[in-house]
Amino acid sequence: MTATTLPRRPARARTPGTTGAPAARGRRTRLLHWVAVHAVAVAAALFFLLPFVFLFLTSVMTDDQAMSGDLWPHAWHWSNYATVFTTPGFLDWWRNSLLYAGVGTLFTVCSAVPVAYALARFRFRGRRTAMMLVIATMMLPPQVVVIPMYLVWAQQLHLTGSLWPLIVPMAFGDAYSIFLLRQFLLTIPPEYVESAKVDGCGELRTLLRIIVPMARPGIAAIALFQFFFCWNDYFGPQIYAAQNPAAWTLSYGLESFKSAHSVNWNLTMAATVLVMAPVILVFFFAQKAFVEGVTLTGVKG
Amino acid sequence: MAATTSPAPALRRKHRRERLRILGFLSPWLVGFSVFFGYPLIATGYFSFLHYNQIERPTFVGLRNWTYVLTQMPLFGPALWNTLWLVVVMVALRVVFGLGIGLLVTKVRTGAGFFRTAFYLPYLAPPVAATVAFVFLLNPATGPVNGILGSLGLPAPEWFNDPAWAKPSLVLLSLWGIGDLMVIFMAALLDVPKEQYEAAELDGAGAWAKFRYVTWPSITPIVLFAVVTGVVQTMQYYTQALVAGKLASGVSIGPGSVIQPGYPDHSTLTVPQLIYSLGFQNFNTGAACALSLVLFVLAMGVTTLLMRNRAGLLPAED
Repeated sequence: MTATTLPRRPARARTPGTTGAPAARGRRTRLLHWVAVHAVAVAAALFFLLPFVFLFLTSVMTDDQAMSGDLWPHAWHWSNYATVFTTPGFLDWWRNSLLYAGVGTLFTVCSAVPVAYALARFRFRGRRTAMMLVIATMMLPPQVVVIPMYLVWAQQLHLTGSLWPLIVPMAFGDAYSIFLLRQFLLTIPPEYVESAKVDGCGELRTLLRIIVPMARPGIAAIALFQFFFCWNDYFGPQIYAAQNPAAWTLSYGLESFKSAHSVNWNLTMAATVLVMAPVILVFFFAQKAFVEGVTLTGVKG
Repeated sequence: MAATTSPAPALRRKHRRERLRILGFLSPWLVGFSVFFGYPLIATGYFSFLHYNQIERPTFVGLRNWTYVLTQMPLFGPALWNTLWLVVVMVALRVVFGLGIGLLVTKVRTGAGFFRTAFYLPYLAPPVAATVAFVFLLNPATGPVNGILGSLGLPAPEWFNDPAWAKPSLVLLSLWGIGDLMVIFMAALLDVPKEQYEAAELDGAGAWAKFRYVTWPSITPIVLFAVVTGVVQTMQYYTQALVAGKLASGVSIGPGSVIQPGYPDHSTLTVPQLIYSLGFQNFNTGAACALSLVLFVLAMGVTTLLMRNRAGLLPAED
């Protein structure tokens, strides 16, 4: 692994006069390779990061400057953020987003754990069919079943205009979470369950005392995914909460914020930053669980 | 099974207890599946034969909704075309780009942590926020992107305001959020045994030959997985297209105002948007349900086709 030390002292690799020694040529191609890879990486990083930079810079401009195409703010108007926060409804949207994402995640985890455990551990007739149905539910576009569901919530239960039609179903198992958690549980050696049984643990106690602590990374991953799903959800609030602005979430409110402030790109960008910020903060605190979760989706097949 | 000998009843009781326990563990999903999936799917089928505007009593109209949706509705063609266009172009480019970024990240030595985080971050941006940001960045007149392109003397397209550029702009937005695929591909690439590369090098394999004969065979399951999940996600593509169209049109949307979806020129109208528009703006429940079932058949058809090869979704032991 001498190659790893090379980039720190690139000048030495270029030292001339080593009369065509193959080692020097090897070093030189390796240096060129290093430069090429990192040049591409820097270009890619600009593509991924510049939108955030422009977004932030615009969020502290004046109205006029935000429309002008200038890139750097003349003066830093932090008060834009205060204006966004004091916009009527904005704090309600925050509260609703937290409620939807928080309670929704809690419900999802509580209902997904036993189902995933049963699908991972028990052998029973129809297990394969059950798995296929879970996957089919995952694949189904949510728009396919939304109309009858909406009619039930609107006409029989009179709960539209709130977030309950979105939160309640999460107490009954979310297919994606069940699938992911089951994949994770399959990696726990069955001997742990056997020895717990020998010690006289019932199934429920085995699940709560042995499996849940061991499956913490998997549970953290599905909790994060579900939190992000709820936080980002636009379709759900649009269907069930659109008629009542007091029940809107940030993701849904943001678009109407833009429409209401159609010329104030600066305020819209400040609001956009405020919608992105929590998710990115959560990511930095839970990076490991998150990346593990993403890899779980693909690699553990 | 007939229980005749004495130990059988005890055994049967044990079996019944076991079955009840499994049912107990599965019960949240069993309820959820029947109430939030089974019932609405059947109801969608039933409604597709009714004329129902959600106020008057529904009346039975036979196949009229189906013939309307499939043969007369002017927007069905564009919506289907757009959805299929996105499924093909967006998924293909995302997989290629995701693999490229994944490869890049495994090659970077200096600042690897920084680059990984930088490439991953946009994936986390909530779709609505990311779309709002891109509509601003790509604004033809005042956005920074066209400002930069203009000052470099490059042609500046109309992006979300040009029917020919609107879908490519959405693809660009989706490439910005490549983080999920990057992580999956990165993990897969790091899993390729090092010895195989060394062996290939001894045989005099160049970079392309190493990729073709060592890397590619061992990551094909992950590529297939990325394609399947990409197709599934793109079939439901809704939020970004809707928000981009609405914002780029510049129409301010007050409560109760109905705008034509798919601005500009229906170029961003997808099938899910058309379902929403039929069901919740035109209150044509029957047609919306018929179209829902078309989408259902499409999604399930494509998925089963791709899942035939297992696609890494069901472990082999099942």
